[in-house]
Amino acid sequence: MSLNEEDRLEEKNPLEGLLRMDRIPHIWCPGCGIGTVVTSFAEALKKSEVDLDKVAVVSGIGCTGRVAGYVKLDSFHTTHGRAIPFATGLKLANPELKVVVFSGDGDLTGIGGNHFIHAARRNMDLVIICVNNFNYAMTGGQVASTTPLTANASTAPYGNFEGAFSLPYLAEASGATYVARWTALHLRRVTKSIQEALGRKGFSFIEVITPCVTLYARRNRLGDGLNLLKYYYDKSEIQHNADTRTLDISYQGKLIVGKFVEKERPTFLDAMNEHLGRVLGDDYQLYGRINND
Amino acid sequence: MKKLKADPKGVLTGAHYLDGDYALAEGALAAGCRFFAGYPITPSTETAERFSERIPTVGGVFIQMEDELASIAALIGAVWGGKKVMTVTSGPGFSLMMENIGLACIQETPLVIANVQRGGPSTGLPTLTGQQDMMQAKWGSHGDYEIIALSPDSPQECFDLAIEAFNLSETYRVPTFIMTDECVGHMHEKVVIPPAEEIELVERKWYTGPKDEFLPYKNDKDGIPFMVKAGDGYHFHTTGLTHDERGYPVINAECQDVQVRHLVEKIRNNADKIIKLEENEIDNAEVVVISYGITSRVAVRAVQQARKAGMKVGTIRLITVWPFAEKRIRELAKKVKAFVVPEINYGQMVREVERCVEGQAKVISVPHCGGWVHDPNDIFKAIKEASK
Repeated sequence: MSLNEEDRLEEKNPLEGLLRMDRIPHIWCPGCGIGTVVTSFAEALKKSEVDLDKVAVVSGIGCTGRVAGYVKLDSFHTTHGRAIPFATGLKLANPELKVVVFSGDGDLTGIGGNHFIHAARRNMDLVIICVNNFNYAMTGGQVASTTPLTANASTAPYGNFEGAFSLPYLAEASGATYVARWTALHLRRVTKSIQEALGRKGFSFIEVITPCVTLYARRNRLGDGLNLLKYYYDKSEIQHNADTRTLDISYQGKLIVGKFVEKERPTFLDAMNEHLGRVLGDDYQLYGRINND
Repeated sequence: MKKLKADPKGVLTGAHYLDGDYALAEGALAAGCRFFAGYPITPSTETAERFSERIPTVGGVFIQMEDELASIAALIGAVWGGKKVMTVTSGPGFSLMMENIGLACIQETPLVIANVQRGGPSTGLPTLTGQQDMMQAKWGSHGDYEIIALSPDSPQECFDLAIEAFNLSETYRVPTFIMTDECVGHMHEKVVIPPAEEIELVERKWYTGPKDEFLPYKNDKDGIPFMVKAGDGYHFHTTGLTHDERGYPVINAECQDVQVRHLVEKIRNNADKIIKLEENEIDNAEVVVISYGITSRVAVRAVQQARKAGMKVGTIRLITVWPFAEKRIRELAKKVKAFVVPEINYGQMVREVERCVEGQAKVISVPHCGGWVHDPNDIFKAIKEASK
């Protein structure tokens, strides 16, 4: 064995402390953007210096749903669409936790759409990282609530004719207090957004546009992962504070990215404590600060 | 199994005039339940209302979720956050909860769900009684698993069995159901709530060993793994996929075999410890009436009438419905002439009786499709037929 090889064997993944190395290699396809978003998340955790014992990750089902299985934190792989209500229970049971929901567009806004809007309405104190790859990838590339008009999918073989959700618009309209969108190649910006979300209270939503190289890209003949990653990046235009009504995504069209919403509003728990404390006076047991076990 | 005394804050000691739905809430609060997530549905809504009023004064959270899918998901999350949790529902909501009941089973999450049953299928009879979800309670979620289900026959027992349900659910780390019905849920009776120090609770099976040796699904010597909660520094993983002791997914037949056997056998092997029955005049009985919930109270009249007419009738009330009292019924099948099984459905638990009797005695089903309780005469006629 040469010296060089020995050195390489000792090389460690820079994110080792944050990943379950005993579960690597992961299941994601070469060229998929999910790993990149996980890297940004790990960087954000490091930079924000949060207590890692107090961070929990909840995922639903799907490709991005597997994130919970790879991060070395208290991590929960739940059922399809139910990551947000699971996270809601977790957060309310132990308010000192920073609860991050890491899942895909189909999981969060298709099957889980109802929970998404209600958690935003309540301003539930959650960080939502939504990897949007425009299709249901784990099951083989079916049409989703986010598939752009005319794009081809395995259950839209003649092209999609349904309108798609614009996720930042949906999030803001439902009551989210932090809304951002980036592409997976905006590594530093994604990291910064996650850092900001970790540092604030309330329903924070971060959408990351990511290539699905094996299904969406191949079916629509959009080239390999790296090309598509670059394509999305090149097609993006940063417009902070853009009106979220203007953020529709057309097939291979311009992607408006940026931080669109950042505002203060009482979270569910703050509103509960404030309101019940006022109405019930001394009879109210302040929750989440004095009695937390 | 570590025993605890109830926290007096949640215990409304004294004699009260309560309906079954309220008594469920009081039992849960006495058992230390401090998280309730639910969705309104007749005839169970009063339990949620009671929680929403009481829980802010005892240090807990009530949240009305957007649907039953969310309610059960929030419950499971709250358990992993360290709380004792409960929700209440009826048929349509119970149907919506089924998928995540499977998640709770595979993640071995202790929680309590009360189903105040009404007539079905579908929207059916929202305001009228039924016992038609008994098989759904056992088999409703996909895959192989076991749960525990109890059936109270009075508001007092709603209170008592709510505590029992929490204790069983913590002991075996399994979803536990209280399968009551509209009649018991809306019936007002005297409910005596004992002093807190007389209420014995089972503490969650917390792990206390070295942090780096913790394996979330390594069975303890009693067959039940230890638990930790999020935020305690274990950085553990749990999934709805078939998993190994580490909680990591393993997708093959060997791991599936270990997992499924464990989920099923941790309940089946402890059935004797779990099952509670109320038996009456069984020793010389030729006919045994098996019933549960409100139907057992209706059966009393038929049994009295039959005894007056000289028939030798015993009764078994299933306080524990699942796991089914298989051993006891097999014993009795060798001794008695017949079993009569009235229930407010078209014949559900009677199938279990038939399975255990194995043709050694007659089994007579007395079905009722829901909407009201049996006419005691119908049960009497069946006893008469059985005595022949």
